[in-house]
Amino acid sequence: MSDALKLANVHKRFGETPIIRGVDLAVAPGERHAIIGPNGAGKSTLFNLISGRYTPSEGEIALHGKRISGLAPHQINRRGLSRSFQITNLFQNMTVFENLRCSLLWAQGYKYSFWHLVGRQTALNEAAEQWLERLGLSARRDVPASLLTYAEQRTLEIGTTIAGGADVILLDEPTAGMGLAERDHTMAMISEVTQDKTLLMVEHDMGVVFELADRISVLVYGQIIASDTPEAIRANAAVQEAYLGEAH
Amino acid sequence: MSHSQSSRTALLWHIGVWALFALVIVVLPYIFTSSSSISMMSQMGVFIIFALSYNMLLGQAGMLSFGHAVYFGLGGFFTLHAIRAVNDEVWQFPLELMPLVGGVGGLAFGIIFGSISTRRAGVTFAMITLGIGSMVESSANMFTDFFGGESGISGNRVTDVTLFGFSYGPSIEVYYLIGAWTVMAAVAMYLLTKTPLGRISNAVRDNPERAQFVGYNTTIARFIQFSLSGFFAGIAGGLFAIMFEIMTAPNVGLVQSGAVLLMTFIGGVGLFFGPIIGAVLVTYMHTALSGFSEGWILYFGLMFVFMVMYAPGGIAGVIYAHAAPWRAGLLWRLLPSYLLVLLPALLAIAGLVAVVEMGYQLSLAYDPSSPIDLFYMQINATSLWSWLVALLGLAVGIAGVLATARVVRARWAGVNRSMQATGAKT
Amino acid sequence: MRPTLSHFAVAGSPVMLESIVFSVLNGLLYGMLLFMLASGLTLIFGMMGVLNFAHASFYMLGAYCAYTISSYTNFWVALILAPLFVGFLGALTERFGLRNVHKHGHVAELLLTFGLVYVIDELVVLIWGQIPVNYAIPPSLDFTLFTLFGTSFPAYRAFILFVAIAMFGAIYLLLVRTRVGMIIRAALSHPEMVGALGHDVPRIFTLVFAFGTGLAGLAGVMAGNYYITEPGMAFSMGPIVFVVVVFGGLGSLGGALAASLIIGLVTTFAVSLNYSIADLLAAVGLGLDGANIAGGLAHIDLSRIGQMLPYLMMVLILIFRPRGLMGARES
Ligand SMILES: Nc1ncnc2c1ncn2[C@@H]1O[C@H](COP(=O)(O)OP(=O)(O)OP(=O)(O)O)[C@@H](O)[C@H]1O
Ligand SMILES: [Mg+2]
Repeated sequence: MSDALKLANVHKRFGETPIIRGVDLAVAPGERHAIIGPNGAGKSTLFNLISGRYTPSEGEIALHGKRISGLAPHQINRRGLSRSFQITNLFQNMTVFENLRCSLLWAQGYKYSFWHLVGRQTALNEAAEQWLERLGLSARRDVPASLLTYAEQRTLEIGTTIAGGADVILLDEPTAGMGLAERDHTMAMISEVTQDKTLLMVEHDMGVVFELADRISVLVYGQIIASDTPEAIRANAAVQEAYLGEAH
Repeated sequence: MSHSQSSRTALLWHIGVWALFALVIVVLPYIFTSSSSISMMSQMGVFIIFALSYNMLLGQAGMLSFGHAVYFGLGGFFTLHAIRAVNDEVWQFPLELMPLVGGVGGLAFGIIFGSISTRRAGVTFAMITLGIGSMVESSANMFTDFFGGESGISGNRVTDVTLFGFSYGPSIEVYYLIGAWTVMAAVAMYLLTKTPLGRISNAVRDNPERAQFVGYNTTIARFIQFSLSGFFAGIAGGLFAIMFEIMTAPNVGLVQSGAVLLMTFIGGVGLFFGPIIGAVLVTYMHTALSGFSEGWILYFGLMFVFMVMYAPGGIAGVIYAHAAPWRAGLLWRLLPSYLLVLLPALLAIAGLVAVVEMGYQLSLAYDPSSPIDLFYMQINATSLWSWLVALLGLAVGIAGVLATARVVRARWAGVNRSMQATGAKT
Repeated sequence: MRPTLSHFAVAGSPVMLESIVFSVLNGLLYGMLLFMLASGLTLIFGMMGVLNFAHASFYMLGAYCAYTISSYTNFWVALILAPLFVGFLGALTERFGLRNVHKHGHVAELLLTFGLVYVIDELVVLIWGQIPVNYAIPPSLDFTLFTLFGTSFPAYRAFILFVAIAMFGAIYLLLVRTRVGMIIRAALSHPEMVGALGHDVPRIFTLVFAFGTGLAGLAGVMAGNYYITEPGMAFSMGPIVFVVVVFGGLGSLGGALAASLIIGLVTTFAVSLNYSIADLLAAVGLGLDGANIAGGLAHIDLSRIGQMLPYLMMVLILIFRPRGLMGARES
């Protein structure tokens, strides 16, 4: 059985500067994989490469055994990979409900239709309402995204990412900047809505990571120095030295 | 379910508003009966369609075009050629449906030029549309059979091939033809905003990057929206051709493109009905002012610049900004401060108009010292005193506006605070 | 003075050579005038991201101001004062207009300058009237520089070329040698860095906008008496300047120079070539009226292709090389 996501010798240079320096990574279907690493290690860049925002300078990325490197973001999204952003990236002028509905449109096969009225698409609207409920944003249904609180925006960011039904989900620091209670709530929500999906997640909070992840990869200075189970990572001396040592 | 309940009332509300719109169009000729009013209202209908089609680009998809008259004008030319073909009895097609010929022409060229221009967004897109607009306008000299050279193309709309038996010779019959198309086109464009394409156009306008990450190719979304907008511009052009029975090269040109941008923006790009206000207002002021003053373009330009700077939502945006205070019952706290600004504002405007009109009198009039009729007075533009008074009025008016604007801002701040405190929707 | 068939047929004869030499000179001249306008426009764009739609209107203001100033003093005073005054108006525009809408983004800025086109063009009518003003070439430059093949070359054209080249040299030195120039060049390639380095970005913006519009004013001073100073001169120049800037690559000075010269030469040659094409077609028995495509509806008058050519070139380059000849970045 092929890996859900497979990176082979991926490099990325900005001008002369190498940021990603030969990453190999395999994520099995259904796996919850966390990527940890110090600031500036290249975690977000790696996500940008996988999701098609950037093209790799070298190397290959495959989704379910099919090459996706070089494709545009929308093409990769249509093949079942969706990503969230570290810096909230929503349709700011649209309401919460509209944001969710927009992220469902392609997945539900509407394409660029100008002969359906979105208001009359029962299945579409019910799906959007359900997402509102699952995200706990029902009370904020008709509020423009720009007027949400920070934590609500982060939640909507995750919701828009997952709602489209992609089976491989990339979350870039989903709980960054949240308070403790909000974070536990959000992690519970993530763990619920990503059941039987493949999850690749960047996270700084070690508690969260060790609790949720099946496997952890440690990215340091553009290279993965270890990739293993949480227990093994905890015990790994190189990781202790390169990362945990300075983070804790 | 409360949602389906509210969606039913929303539906009834929509139907009611559109029925009212249609009713107004039906009734207007009974109120304004003169032939010049009929002609002006017919033009308003044409420009309502044209401006709404323009807003499909600027307001809904964030595409600033300087060449939208290409699709309007070409639509008009196609329609007129079709009418001529019926005149010459080489083709049979009812006049009522002739605007469709323009629509298809606009759509075809929307597809051709859209495939080039919509690959880019933002300022580059704007430049490409300017280039394409200039190209088509200057190509009119080359394709003289199609554009008719200097004198343009003319035809006779009374073709005797009609669906409903009207001759469409009298201008009132043309008015109702245009009115019917205005309602149909406006409803169609309104419904378009409620389709997946309409929603995605908004998404591409607000955040093209995110739109990609929910599966949409932003170029294709822009392209389809652009082409459809060309279709409606073509319909407007077709009606224009039917109304005037003549099309000339400037109808595809930059001046016409600038005019539709002007009226759309002044009306307001952020709300669907904004361009309707703009088209009505600009057409009215054009007709009313251009007979009375040389300076109407200057007034429009100043108004436009003022709005870009202080009211980027246009007239519709200004109206809409008052919806929330009105719902919260706080409008009465704003109105007195408006009255306060109104006085110096009127003074400033009067001063400005006097300065401008006297200026034109000096530079354009055959006899500059002949008095001009302004504000029920006779003003002599060659007298120093007239200038002093006008400039003083302008200066005092501006100072007054600046001073009283502070009061308005303070009132607004207060109203916003109250609304936040009571949790009213903004 | 429509040339005859022999005009085309006897290529290589002095007549043909003369037409080529003069077309090259006039094309260069037109190109350099275009460059005077385009350089300011592209500098402003590269630096501020603002596409100054009213650029040609500032050009027209330059011509009219020069007319008024020179009617009280003389051309040489106008040559100095008019561009300074236009640059001052540009500074006011930036300070009290553009800066206020900056927060709404580049499209809002573009809209503001678009509105200014109407305002400035009408103000010109208001102040100077509808008919052309008599802005004449100064007597000291109103003589024939040399005569070639019986056609004279006026000294004023040489003066325009001289000023344009001097201006190019001055901009070049300014950008390469001075501190302000370094900042501007840095801002052209990395706009976000300059503010981070602690420079007063708003003031630099005002200066750049004033400088760019001042250059447009200078072009107006030079061109107003070479062509005609009339209210339509902005409208006839505006679109073509945008073509030049887009063709050369937005924000690129070198690109603007190359594009100005190419478009200047192409349009000038197209005008003289028109007759040649017409004659060629007539010679092979086709004749323009016979060049029918698509059953008579699309009769094409090829002799008018000259006007359309620059726009066609712009559209083509945007299809095949979207960043223009030498553009560094795409919009
Ligand atoms: N588009 C770009 N051009 C140039 N350099 C870039 C670009 N994007 C990222 N970088 C650089 O790449 C490096 C890695 O950035 P990245 O955002 O991937 O780090 P990260 O691991 O996500 O860090 P953080 O934990 O702060 O989010 C940084 O030094 C950054 O400056
Ligand atoms: Mg990051």
